[in-house]
Amino acid sequence: MDLSLSTRSVGDRTVVEVGGEIDVYTAPKLREQLVELVNDGKYHLVVDMEGVDFLDSTGLGVLVGGLKRVRAHEGSLRLVCNQERILKIFRITGLTKVFPIHTSVDDAVSATD
Amino acid sequence: MATVELRFSALPEHVRTARLVAAAVARRAGVDESVLDEVRLAVGEACSRAVGLHQRGGIGGTVRVALTDQEKRFLIEVEDEAGPAAVPAAGAAEGVDPDEDTLGLAVITGLVEDLEVTNGADGGLIRMSWPVSVESVAV
Repeated sequence: MDLSLSTRSVGDRTVVEVGGEIDVYTAPKLREQLVELVNDGKYHLVVDMEGVDFLDSTGLGVLVGGLKRVRAHEGSLRLVCNQERILKIFRITGLTKVFPIHTSVDDAVSATD
Repeated sequence: MATVELRFSALPEHVRTARLVAAAVARRAGVDESVLDEVRLAVGEACSRAVGLHQRGGIGGTVRVALTDQEKRFLIEVEDEAGPAAVPAAGAAEGVDPDEDTLGLAVITGLVEDLEVTNGADGGLIRMSWPVSVESVAV
C-alpha cells in the first residue's frame, strides 16, 4: 500500500489527512507536503493519522521536522491518532511528550496552547 | 542455514517487501500473532537503517535478511554492506534533535528484548529474536 495525502482548511488550521504506510520509501512525500504547507504560510497543522496502517522512525523523523518548521513560525503541529500500535511507537521514542496527540480532528482543531 | 533468506539492493522501495516477508515467515514459524506487528516494525527499522547507511555513505550493495526458525526462537538477522561505522548509542531518542538513525535504533531497542547490534569490517549486523509458541503446528 502506498501513502495517501489530502489537505483541507478548518478555520486557521490545516488538516493533513494521511493514509497508508509511512516508511523509508513514502516518508519523503509527507515531508514535501509539510514543507509546502509551511512555505505557503500554513503554520497550524493537524496531521490526522487515523488512516495510517504503518509508521516507522522515518515517519517520526518527518513529523519532528514538521514540528520544528512550524515552531520556527510560532505555529503548531497536532496529531490525531487512536491506534494503539501507532501510539506505541510515539511512547517508545518519548515523542508523546513532544507532540500533542488528540483523539479526534474536532478536538485537535479546537485545541489551543 | 536460514529458513528463508532475502537479499535486496539497498533501496528504500524494497524495505516494505522485507517487512512483509519477515512477518509471513514469522507467523508460519509460530511467533504469536500479538507480536507480529512488532516483528514487522523491527525488521522495517533494521532494513531502513541499513538502507540509510548505504545511502549516506554513497555505497551500493545489498542488504541481507536471514529469517531462521530455531527450536524455541525465531531469529532475524539484518546485515548491511555499508562498511565499518560507529554504532550509535541506542535508546537515546529523548534528545531535541533525534536523527533517523537514532530514532530507528530507539524503536528497535524499545520493541525487541533479545537484540544485538554489532559492526564488522564489511558493515553492520542486527540480530533479534522472538519466542516461538511450542504448540505451533506446521502447515
